Amino acid sequence: MIMRIKCAVALLAAAASYLWAQEPPASMPNNPTAAIAASKQDPAAVERGRKVFATYCAGCHGVAAKGGPGAPDLVRSLLVLDDEKGILIAPVIREGRPDKGMPKLNLTEPQISDVVAWLHVQTYAAGHRTTYEFKDVLTGNAEQGKAYFNGAGGCSSCHSVTGDLAGIAAKMDPISLQSRWLQPRPTGRRGASSHSPGATPMVTVTLPSGETFTGTIDHIDDFTVSLRDSNNQFHSFTRNGDIPKVVVRDPLQAHTDMLRKYTDTDIHNVTAYLATLK
Amino acid sequence: MKMLRMKTLHLSLLLSLSAYVFGQGLDPAALKKLPTTSWPTYNGDYSGRRFSPLTQINSSNVHELSLAWASRFNSSNAATGVVIKAMPLLVNGILYFSSPNNVWAVDVRSGRELWHYTYPHNTGSTIGNRGVGMYENWLFVEMPDSQLVSLDAATGKQRWKVQIADPKLDYTSTAAPIVVGNHVLVGIGGDHLDNPGFIESHDPETGALQWKWFTTPRKGEPGIETWPDEYASAHGTGQTWIPGTYDPELNLYYLGTGNPNPVMAEKSRKGDNLYTCTIVALNPDTGKLVWYYQVSPHDVHDWDATETPVLVDGEVDGKPRKLLMQASRNGFFFVLDRTNGQHILTKPFIDTLNWTKRLNAKGQPIPDPAKYPSTDGVLVSPSSNGGTNWPSPSFDPGTGLLYVGSNRTFSMYYLTDTDPRPEGWGGVDRPVGGEGGSLLAIDYKTGKTAWRHDWPSGTGVVAMLSTAGKLLFTSNGNNFIAFDPSNGKILWHAGLTASPSNGPMTYMVDGKQYVLIAAADTLYAFTLN
Repeated sequence: MIMRIKCAVALLAAAASYLWAQEPPASMPNNPTAAIAASKQDPAAVERGRKVFATYCAGCHGVAAKGGPGAPDLVRSLLVLDDEKGILIAPVIREGRPDKGMPKLNLTEPQISDVVAWLHVQTYAAGHRTTYEFKDVLTGNAEQGKAYFNGAGGCSSCHSVTGDLAGIAAKMDPISLQSRWLQPRPTGRRGASSHSPGATPMVTVTLPSGETFTGTIDHIDDFTVSLRDSNNQFHSFTRNGDIPKVVVRDPLQAHTDMLRKYTDTDIHNVTAYLATLK
Repeated sequence: MKMLRMKTLHLSLLLSLSAYVFGQGLDPAALKKLPTTSWPTYNGDYSGRRFSPLTQINSSNVHELSLAWASRFNSSNAATGVVIKAMPLLVNGILYFSSPNNVWAVDVRSGRELWHYTYPHNTGSTIGNRGVGMYENWLFVEMPDSQLVSLDAATGKQRWKVQIADPKLDYTSTAAPIVVGNHVLVGIGGDHLDNPGFIESHDPETGALQWKWFTTPRKGEPGIETWPDEYASAHGTGQTWIPGTYDPELNLYYLGTGNPNPVMAEKSRKGDNLYTCTIVALNPDTGKLVWYYQVSPHDVHDWDATETPVLVDGEVDGKPRKLLMQASRNGFFFVLDRTNGQHILTKPFIDTLNWTKRLNAKGQPIPDPAKYPSTDGVLVSPSSNGGTNWPSPSFDPGTGLLYVGSNRTFSMYYLTDTDPRPEGWGGVDRPVGGEGGSLLAIDYKTGKTAWRHDWPSGTGVVAMLSTAGKLLFTSNGNNFIAFDPSNGKILWHAGLTASPSNGPMTYMVDGKQYVLIAAADTLYAFTLN
C-alpha cells in the first residue's frame, strides 16, 4: 500500500513536470552539426527528435538530457550508450518505467525513433572532442590590445596591421585567429593555423675551414643537419658534438619567447584587436 | 638402423616436447629478481627502475654496438599498419609482444616468428597495446573491445577470454597486465565520457575476477568527501592505463591513476577528486587501498598521474629509506616514502609551469583557479600532453639519477561546455608551441636536474633504459642513442627506419648481451658483433 502511494506520488510528480515541459525551455541544448554528421544520424530526424524530447521528456530529464531530480542523466546512461537504433531505448519510451516514476508517453513509433536519433547525437557530442564547439573568445578590449600590439607585446616590430595582417580577421574565425597569432607554425590540431608563410627556420653551418652554408632547415638532429640554400641546393653535414658549428635562427622565435610573458588578458585583448582587422 | 632412427626421433621428440610443455613457463617468483637472461614483466622487474645489471655492453665498447637482426611484422587486421608500442617479454629464449588485436612469439636468437595470434576485428580503440603479462605457461593481453584474453605461450592458442569493461563505453584497453603471485592485475584507459575507473585482478588459471578496485570512492567510503556527491565520484574516471610497480617485501602494488572527468569542465566536481591523479598503494591480494598521495588535486588539464612510480632503496638525510618517485605529467617530480606514502620532496622539472602558485604542507601543487580552462582560453604550461607522459623513465642506482623524457609546451585551454552538468571532456586544449624537448637527469635527493640534453628537434617524451655498463639508452626522432648516464655525453647511435615506438630492453642470450628496441613494425636487436 505504501509502495503504491509512493508510486502514485512519483507519477504525479512526473505528470507535473510533464506539464511544465510544455513551456519553452530556458536554454536549448547543443545541437552541433559536426556531431550529427560524425555520428551518422539523419539531421532531419535529429531536429524532430529534439522537439519531441523538449516537449515530452525534458521536464524530467532536462533539456540537455542530463537528468533532473529523480530522472537519470541520459547522456551517461548505460542503456543509451549500449543502444543501437533504439533496440534498448524504444521499449522504455513505449512502456515507461512506472516502478521508477516514468510514465508511458504514447509517442508514435516515428517520434520514438527521432528521440533515439537525437539522444545518440547527445552522447556522441559529449564523448567526441573533435565535435566540440568553441564559445566566444572575443572577450578582450580591442583598444588595450592595440596598445599592447604596438607597445609591450612588441608585435609591431615585425608585423603591420596595414601590411601582412591587413584583413586577417576576414580570413578566419576568432578561435583560429587566436591560435594562429599565438603560434603561426602549424601544430596539426583543429583551431590551429593551417599554414605558415615564410616561417621556416634558417640554419648556418660553419665548417672548421671557416666555410659557411646558410639556408632553410631540411632536417636537424644530434647527428646530421641538412639545409637548402638560396639556390635551392641541398647540403647535408655530419655532426660530431660542436663540429661543425650550427646556428639555428627561427623567424618565429619571438612567438616562442613571448609564451612565458603573456597574461591571459594580454592574449584576449590582442585577439579582440586583430578581430577588428576585417 | 631404421629402429634406431625411429627411437632417436622418438626420444628427441619427447625431449623437445617436455621442454616445450614444462621448460618455457614463467615461475611468478622469478619476477622478484633482477633480470639478466629474461625480461619477464613490463619494466623488466617489479621496481620500475628499468635498470639492468648487465655490463658486457658498456661505455668503453658501445661504439662497436651493431645490428644482430631486424625483424618486421605485419598483420591483415592492423588497419594502419603494425606499430609495436608493447614492451616485449623475454622468457626462456622467446619474445612475446603485442599490438592491438595481435600477439606474436618470436625466437630471440633470430627474430623469426614462432606464432602469430590475431583477434577478430572490433570497434574498440586501437591506439596501442603496451604488452602481455605471463604466468607459468599462460599469457594475458587486453584486446581493444575490453576483453582480457589468455593464450597458451607454447602455441598461441586462446585459452579463455573475459570481459573487463563494456566495449561500447569507449574504454581504451591498452594496458599490459602485471602478474603478482597468482594475480593478473589489469588496468584500463579511456575518459571520453566519464567512464568509471578501476583496476581488477583475475585468476591466471580460470580468468575469474578476484577483486576490483574503483579508483573513485562510492557512498560511505573514505574520500567521497572530496566530491560534491556520489554521482560525480562514481563518474569521475581516474584510469589505470600504465602498469604499476610492486614491492614484494611490503606486498604493495603502486599505481598512478589518471585524470578526473569531466576532464576540463570542473563545475560539477568541486573538491580534490580522490583518487584521481593519485599514486595509490594497494594490497594485491585483496585490492584494498593501503595509502595514497594525490599529485594533482582537482586536475583540470588532463594530466594523468599514470607515469611509472619508480621504486628505489635510497637515502634521505643520510638514512636509508624505501622510496617511490614519480616524474608526473603535471610537470612536478615527487619523492615519497613507499612504506606509508609520507611526502619527502616536490620539485618542478620543467621551468615553464604556470598553473600553480603554491605547494601545500603535504607538498601537493594546488591549482590556480585563474588557470582553469575558460571559454576564451587560458595559456597554460604544460599542454595536455604534459611535462612528461607514459614512456617509461629509468633510475640508475650507480648515478642516483632518474632519467626522464620531457617537453616544455604551452597550450590554450578552452572550456566548451558551460552547462552546470558538463559531460565528457567539456573542453579542449590547443597547443601553441613551446621551448622544445629535453632528456633530464634528476637527482632524487634534491629534485634538481643534474644534467640535461636539449634535443634539436622532435618530442622529448621518450622511454629510457639504464645499465650497470654505465649506459643510458633512449631515442630521438629515428635515432636510437646511448648516453653516458653520469654526464649526458652521447656515446653511440643508430638511425632506424622509424621513431622507436616502445622502450629499449636488454638481456643475455648464449653469453652475449643484446639491446632490443621496436620502431613501428620492426624489432631491432643490437649486440657487440
